Amino acid sequence: MTDKATDFQAIPQLETVQQADGQFCAVLSGSWHLCAVVATPKLRALLQQCAENAVTHWDLRSVTALDSAAALIIWRAWGGQWPAYVQIKPEHRQLLQRWQAQVLPNPPPKSNLWIGQGIADSIGSVAGHLRSLLILQGQLLLDVAYLLSHPKAIPWAEISIIIYDAGVRALGITALVGFLIGVVLSYLSALQLKMFGAEIYIINILGMSIIRELGPLLAAILVAGRSGSAMTAQIGIMRVTEELDALSAMGIAHSMRLVLPKIAALSLVMPLLSEWTNVAALLGGMVSALVTLDISMGQFVMKLPEVVPLANVFIGLGKSAVFGLAIALLACHFGFRIKPNTESLGIETTNSVVASITAVIMIDAVFAILLMKVGVP
Amino acid sequence: MTASPSPVLPNAVRFEQVWTRFGDKLIHQNISFCLQQGQILGLVGASGCGKTTLLREIIGLQTPSQGNIFVMGKALPKQAGHLDLQTSRLSGVLFQKGALFSALNVFENIAFPLRELGIADKGFIQHLVIMKLQRVGLTTSDAGLMPAALSGGMVKRVALARALILEPSLLLLDEPTSGLDPIASEAFVSLLSELYGELNFTVVMVTHDLDILRDLCTEVAVLADHQLIVKAALPTVLACPHPFIGQFFHNRRANRVFCN
Repeated sequence: MTDKATDFQAIPQLETVQQADGQFCAVLSGSWHLCAVVATPKLRALLQQCAENAVTHWDLRSVTALDSAAALIIWRAWGGQWPAYVQIKPEHRQLLQRWQAQVLPNPPPKSNLWIGQGIADSIGSVAGHLRSLLILQGQLLLDVAYLLSHPKAIPWAEISIIIYDAGVRALGITALVGFLIGVVLSYLSALQLKMFGAEIYIINILGMSIIRELGPLLAAILVAGRSGSAMTAQIGIMRVTEELDALSAMGIAHSMRLVLPKIAALSLVMPLLSEWTNVAALLGGMVSALVTLDISMGQFVMKLPEVVPLANVFIGLGKSAVFGLAIALLACHFGFRIKPNTESLGIETTNSVVASITAVIMIDAVFAILLMKVGVP
Repeated sequence: MTASPSPVLPNAVRFEQVWTRFGDKLIHQNISFCLQQGQILGLVGASGCGKTTLLREIIGLQTPSQGNIFVMGKALPKQAGHLDLQTSRLSGVLFQKGALFSALNVFENIAFPLRELGIADKGFIQHLVIMKLQRVGLTTSDAGLMPAALSGGMVKRVALARALILEPSLLLLDEPTSGLDPIASEAFVSLLSELYGELNFTVVMVTHDLDILRDLCTEVAVLADHQLIVKAALPTVLACPHPFIGQFFHNRRANRVFCN
C-alpha cells in the first residue's frame, strides 16, 4: 500500500550530469505536480541555478507526470524560450508549447489617485448618505400619514417583536452597566465631597447627572451597539438572500414593514430602558453612598425629589425617544447600503454602530444647549 | 524507464462500512465502495437521501459515525475540518452555489489557492490564472469582475477554475448544472468532458441531471433507503430491479433521455 502511494506521488527530482562531450545535462525525473514542486524549494532553486548557468541540455524523458502549472514553472525557469537541446515526451512538450503560445493581455491602466479626487469622493459620499437618509425619512413620514388614516395596517406584530428583542432582552445588561457606573460615580464623588464636608450633596450630584445625562446616554449607547448592529446586519442579510426583493415583489414596502416598526419600537422602548438604567444606577449610587458616606437609603430616596426637579426626568425621557429614533433610522439606513458581499456587511455594520453612537452624543449635546435653563435648581 | 501509468494507482475514493447518523437520524447505513482513478462517478438519489453528506465526507467537512474513508489511498482524519493541507490539495471542490469569496474579484478568487500555497511569483500566478480562466471559457476582461456581478453560469465556471487551479487529481462537484439554463448546462458538460480528457482526473459528482449521467459519467452510484443500492456503469444500473431505480430511471422523462 505504501509503496503504491509513493509511486503514485514519485518525488520530483533534478540532477545535473556531465555528458561524454563534457556538456552538462539537467535530468528531470519523478512526478512534477505543482504542490510537490512548491513543497520542495530546493528543487526550484536548483532549476533556477541550472537555467542561470545556461545549461543547454535538458532531459525530461524520465518525468512520469507533469501538470500544466509545473510546466509553467519550468518554462519560466527557462526564461520563456526553448533551450538548445531538449528531450521530452511529446505530451509534455505540448504542455510547454501551450505556455509558449500564451500571450498575456496588457494590464488595465491604473487609475491615478490624487488627493483632490479623494476629498471630492468623500464629500460625494457624505452627500449621498444625507440624501438617502432624507429619502428614508420622507418615506417614513408618508408611511406614518398612511397608517394614521389606515390604523388597521399598523404592523403591531413586528413592533412587539422588536420591543421584546431590543427592550426586554436588554434589561439585564443595562441594569448591570447602570449599577456599576452608579457605584463608581458615587464612590469617586464621595472622595471629593468628603474633603469639603459636603457629603449630603452626593444626592444632588448623582440625581442630576444620572437622571438627566448618564442614564439615557448609557442606555442609548448599549442599545446602539446591541440592537442597532443587529438591525443593520439583519437588513443586509435580507439583501444577500434576496428577501428584500421578495418583499418588493409582493408589493410590500420595505419602509413600512422593516423600517417603521424598528423606529416605532425603539422610540417607545428607549425611554423605558433609560428609566430602568436610571433606577439601576441610582441604586448603585445609593449602595456606594451607604458604604462610603453612611447616607442611609431612606434618606437618599427622601431627598432625591427635592434636589432633582421633575423636569429632568422628562428631559431624559424625551431625549431617549429621540435617541431610539436616531439609532433605528441609522441602523436601517446602513442596512440598505449593504451590498451582497461579506466585506460590505462588516463595513456597513461597523459604520452603523459608529454613526449611531456619534449621533446619540451629538443629539445629547444639542439637547444640553437647548435646555440649558430648564430643570436646573 | 518505460512509464506506464497503471495498476499501481490507489483507489481515488474508498468507503469502508461507513455509517452516518445525525443525532437519531440515520443517513448512511453501511456504505462501502471503491472508485478507481480516472472514473467519473455520478451520485444519484432522492432529495435528502444523503448524497451531499457523502460528498462532504469525501471533502472532509463531515466525518462518518462509523467506518473509514480513504481518498487517494490516505485515510481521512476522524475529526471534521482537520484535513491536512496535503490531502485537501489533492482534491478540488465545486460547491453547488460556487462558494466564491464575495469580497474578492474573479482573478483573486482563482489565485487564492495559489497564494495559500505560498507562491508569491506574480507573473506565475497571472499566467496560470489567465490560462485557467480561458480554459473554462471566460475572457480576461472578466477577471476584474466581482462575484456579485456574475451570472449563474459564470459563477460555476469561475468556481471550476478555482477548483482546478492546483491541478487536483480528484474533482468533487455538487450539482454542477443546477440553476443553469440548458445551453449553459450543455456547455458546462462539454467543458467538463474536455477537461477530463485533457487533465486526467477522477470526478465524483452529485447530480440530478440525467443527461450528465448518460453523456459524462462512467459509473453511477444510486443511494436510496440510506444504502448504496448499486454502483456500476449506467446500463447495469438501468437493469437493476430495485423499485427506486424503477422510479428514478424508468419514468417518462428518463425514458426520453435514455431511449433515444
